Amino acid sequence: MAELLTLAEAVSKHVRDGDVVALEGFTHLIPNAAGHELIRQGRRELTLVRMTPDLVYDQLIGMGCARKLVFSWGGNPGVGSLHRLRDAVEHDWPVPLELEEHSHAGMAAAWAAGAANLPFGIVRGYSRTDLPRHTRVRRVTCPFTGEELAAVAAHRPDVGIVHAQQADGAGNVQLWGIAGVQKETVLASARSIVTVEEIVDVLEPRPGAIVLPSWVVDAVACVPGGARPSYAHGYYERDNDFYVAWDAISRDRDTFTEWMREHVLEVVTA
Amino acid sequence: MTAYTADEMMAVAAARRLQDGMVCFVGIGLPSTAANLARRVHAPGCVLVYESGTIGAKPHRLPLSIGDGELAETADAVVSVPEMFGYWLQGGRIDVGFLGAAQIDRFGNLNSTVIGDYDSPKVRLPGGGGAPEIATGVRDVFVLLRQAPRAFVERLDFLTSVGDRVRVVVTDLGVLEPRDGELTLTFVHPSASVEQAREATGWTLRVADDVQVSDPPTTRELLALRALEAA
Repeated sequence: MAELLTLAEAVSKHVRDGDVVALEGFTHLIPNAAGHELIRQGRRELTLVRMTPDLVYDQLIGMGCARKLVFSWGGNPGVGSLHRLRDAVEHDWPVPLELEEHSHAGMAAAWAAGAANLPFGIVRGYSRTDLPRHTRVRRVTCPFTGEELAAVAAHRPDVGIVHAQQADGAGNVQLWGIAGVQKETVLASARSIVTVEEIVDVLEPRPGAIVLPSWVVDAVACVPGGARPSYAHGYYERDNDFYVAWDAISRDRDTFTEWMREHVLEVVTA
Repeated sequence: MTAYTADEMMAVAAARRLQDGMVCFVGIGLPSTAANLARRVHAPGCVLVYESGTIGAKPHRLPLSIGDGELAETADAVVSVPEMFGYWLQGGRIDVGFLGAAQIDRFGNLNSTVIGDYDSPKVRLPGGGGAPEIATGVRDVFVLLRQAPRAFVERLDFLTSVGDRVRVVVTDLGVLEPRDGELTLTFVHPSASVEQAREATGWTLRVADDVQVSDPPTTRELLALRALEAA
C-alpha cells in the first residue's frame, strides 16, 4: 500500500545516492517539483532515465546530481538546446556525464518490457544507424520468420517518479490526458513515488484515464502545481513562456546557479 | 502578389505535398506549421498524429511542444507512448512522416544526434527522438531543412535515420527528390536560383533536366499561414 508522505519524506525514504532514477512524463505531468527535491536533498551519482530529458533534467545535471543519462531526445521542446546537458557532455561541467542513447521507440519498448518483467523489448529499428554503437542494443532473430530485429534491454530503475492529477486517501492514483510512459515507469521500477495535484475522497472515472492501484505505488505526496512549468490536464496549462525563458537562464553557468539557488535551493517545502 | 519570406515558401511547398485523408506524423516547428496549413487550405481531412500519443489532433493554434494540452483536447484518440510507437507507427498506420535534421547527405540519410565526434562533440544535438523509427515506419518521409553547406554534407557526422523512404526534401531554396537513388533538385523557389542551390549544397548537386520553378504562395495560402501563426 502507498504511504501518504510529504515530498521531502518520500524522496528521503526512497531515493539514494547512486540509484537509477526515472522521472517520466511526456511533455504533460512532468514531475518538476520532485526533481527539485532531489536537488535540495543533494542526491549524487544518479543514473537518470527519461525519454525526453527537458528542463527538470537540465537542472539535475547542471546541479551535479547525475553521472549518467539514459534518454532518447534531450532538448527544450520548440525552443532549442538544453544548455546544462550540452555543457556536461561537451565540457564535463559540473561533472562528466555518461550517455546511453536510444530512439523513442526503443525507450518505449524498454519501458514496456520492464513493466512486463521481460529482459528486453523488441523493435524493428536501429538498423543501419550509428546508434547501436552507443547504446544497449543487440540484434535478435525472430524464431518464427527469421527476421532480424533490435532487442533493447528493459528499463528496471531503482526508483520511478511520476506526477498525476489525483490520489484518494488510500493512495490509489488516477491520471488522464497525455499518458506518456508513466504507467510503465511505475510498474517497471523497484520503488515508486507519485506526486499528485490533490487528494480526493473518491476517484471519479475519467475518459481514457490510467489508474494505478495503491499497492503498486510506494509513496504518494500531495504537491499542487508539482508539474509546473509542465502542465496538469484539467488543472493548469503548460507555461510555454517559461520554457522560452529557460534558454537564457540556463545558457550561462552563473545565471543558472543563481536561479537554482533562488528558486530551488532556498525554497522551503512542507 | 503579396511579399513572402523564404520560411513561408518552405511551409507552403511542404503543405502542398500533403493530400486530403493522408495520415501524417508531425514534429514540432515547420512540419507542424505545414501540416496544419494543409488542413486549412486543401486537405481538411489530413489526420495529424503527434508522437505524444495524440491521434487526429485539430489544434486551433500552432503548439510549442508535441504534447501541448490542446492537442489532447482536440484529438480523436489519445494513446500511451509505447502504443503510439508500437501499434500505430510500427503497425504501419502512418502514411507520411515529417523529419528535420542538422545534416542530410545525398541519399537522404539524416543526422540529428551530434556535430563532430560522438565522444567529444563540437555540438551535442537533442538526438534522434522519434526520427529513427519514423524514417523506417512510415510509407513516405518528407524532410524540411534550410539549405546550407553545413547542413547538406558530403558525409554525415552521425547517421541517426536512414534515407530509404525520403521522397522529398523541401528547403528554403527549392525541392529535392530522389532520382536514381540520389537527391536531385527538381524545383527552385521563385526567389532562388539553381546556382544558389548548388552553392548551398556540400556535394555536387544533381539538377533535374526538367527542373521547374515552384508556384509562389497564393494569397489564400499566405493568409491561412499567417492566421495560423498569429493565433
